Amino acid sequence: MNFETTIGLEVHVELKTKSKMYSPSPVAYGAESNINTNVIDFGFPGTLPTVNKNAYRLGVMVGLALNADIENHTHFDRKNYFYPDNPKAFQITQQDKPLGHDGYIEIEVDGEKKRIGIEELHVEEDAGKNTHGNNGYSYVDLNRQGTPLIEIVSKPDMKSPEEAYQYLENLRKIIQFTGASDVKMEEGSMRVDTNISIRPVGSDTYGTKVELKNLNSFNHVRLGLAYEEKRQAAILKQGGTIGQETRRFDEKSGETFLMRVKSGADDYRYFPEPDLPDYEISPEWVAEIKASLPETASVRRNHYINELGIPEYDAGVLTDTKEMSDFFDEAVGYDANPKLVSNWLMGEVNAYLNDKKIGLLDTKLTPEHLAKMINLISNGTISSKIAKKVFQETISNGTEPEEWVKSKGLVQESDPDVLKPIILEILDNNQQSIDDFKNGKDRAVGFLVGQIMKQTHGQANPKVVNKILMAELKSR
Amino acid sequence: MISKDEILHVATLANLKFQDDEVDSFVSQLDKIVGMESNLSSVDTTGVEPTYNMADTNSVFREDIGIHTQTREQMLENVPEVEDNLIKVPTIVDKEDAE
Repeated sequence: MNFETTIGLEVHVELKTKSKMYSPSPVAYGAESNINTNVIDFGFPGTLPTVNKNAYRLGVMVGLALNADIENHTHFDRKNYFYPDNPKAFQITQQDKPLGHDGYIEIEVDGEKKRIGIEELHVEEDAGKNTHGNNGYSYVDLNRQGTPLIEIVSKPDMKSPEEAYQYLENLRKIIQFTGASDVKMEEGSMRVDTNISIRPVGSDTYGTKVELKNLNSFNHVRLGLAYEEKRQAAILKQGGTIGQETRRFDEKSGETFLMRVKSGADDYRYFPEPDLPDYEISPEWVAEIKASLPETASVRRNHYINELGIPEYDAGVLTDTKEMSDFFDEAVGYDANPKLVSNWLMGEVNAYLNDKKIGLLDTKLTPEHLAKMINLISNGTISSKIAKKVFQETISNGTEPEEWVKSKGLVQESDPDVLKPIILEILDNNQQSIDDFKNGKDRAVGFLVGQIMKQTHGQANPKVVNKILMAELKSR
Repeated sequence: MISKDEILHVATLANLKFQDDEVDSFVSQLDKIVGMESNLSSVDTTGVEPTYNMADTNSVFREDIGIHTQTREQMLENVPEVEDNLIKVPTIVDKEDAE
């Protein structure tokens, strides 16, 4: 028996706002416990919510970027549940008239393009954070309580773990380029819940849905789903049935384990939120937001390839994150050669980031400094060898390259009148190398250049050195 | 008719525990309330747009400015037990706890 897989994803994304969804408390990742809370977040009786305009605007941005239709007449709903991470015992969300619906994302797997539908997306609020002690107590931090979220519900259009992976990659990229969220799985600003079922090929009803949790990276999503496909197929082949259950992915073993069996639908007792009025989202406002949408990754990528002459692969890497792409654009804006900027970002800069395991914005490198350094190389002021020193200095300490090069006396020596005596002296002291050269051993040239560089502390202009050296060698 | 099971189900969802006689009194009280409200169902609302809200205003937004309206000390004042500025609560054995 052959099976086909059906996957649907629910993704929660924290919106990048200054204040919470329904209260003016500040939003900040990693703040001191309970410092960003007020009576609304604590659910004190008599407090009333207010809707954050910017959060809604960012939500609409995401909706538009996902090609969704934006709902013009909406309201909020109350979802009731009991848990200490939310002292109100309800979440204000949009159940009935979500912010947007019927969008899609394009993905490409094995060279084949496919559209994955977005059922709907809506704004809501995050809950606080519980830490469980092993003493029978839990510890609650309500800083995150009320942080604006957008939940994006896909259609069950994905047929393989790889498609789910690509969907998430593209979703992350699209949202990141709108600037609406940091979409960082590691900081919890993007969280993924998955539903997966399998059915015999040709069957017209879906199999029983299993929910997967504890997926902390896109790769875990892919691995967890792949494991589930096999597990469910093995059960069905033996004539068993799939239980409607929630399973946990274990990253060590790569297996999934039963968390709980679902008994009927969750009982959230939704009703229209009585503390908030209806909302009219005017087509004019939506048009205004649409006009303000930043360029998408694919538009930038095409621009890099077609107008700046960047190779396709490199353009893909540069547009992998918004911070890299923004950095590139800014550096190019300082009149640096785009190809050189690209080479430096892909080479030395990426190597530095990988080595230190940090992000681009965690360094002291600025687009302006990178551009200046590249121009110092281009106009012959410094050698590419010296450039590596300048690079280390500016990325580690934020030092201005031009002044540093001058103050350290690192300006490249290109004057033949200065270089020639040094070269002659080295040749006089290395007769063996001259003989080797005459006998066709090209390595001798490298040795001699190395000696000259050593003598000039790396400041000699290699082109000028080469010219003088070759002329001299041939004449001897 | 509201049943005792329905009362107990809702109580479980809200994590509330009641004595047996309390539950019995809720059954008769809520039965009256829900019974009265169910009169509304006798009205034919075919083709009528639902009313979600009775507020006489709409689309009221707040500008996105982060401010502290209370201090942490004020907020934690009424918390029964605080440890390292965290709210200490009995661990709730709940479906989500296994996460």
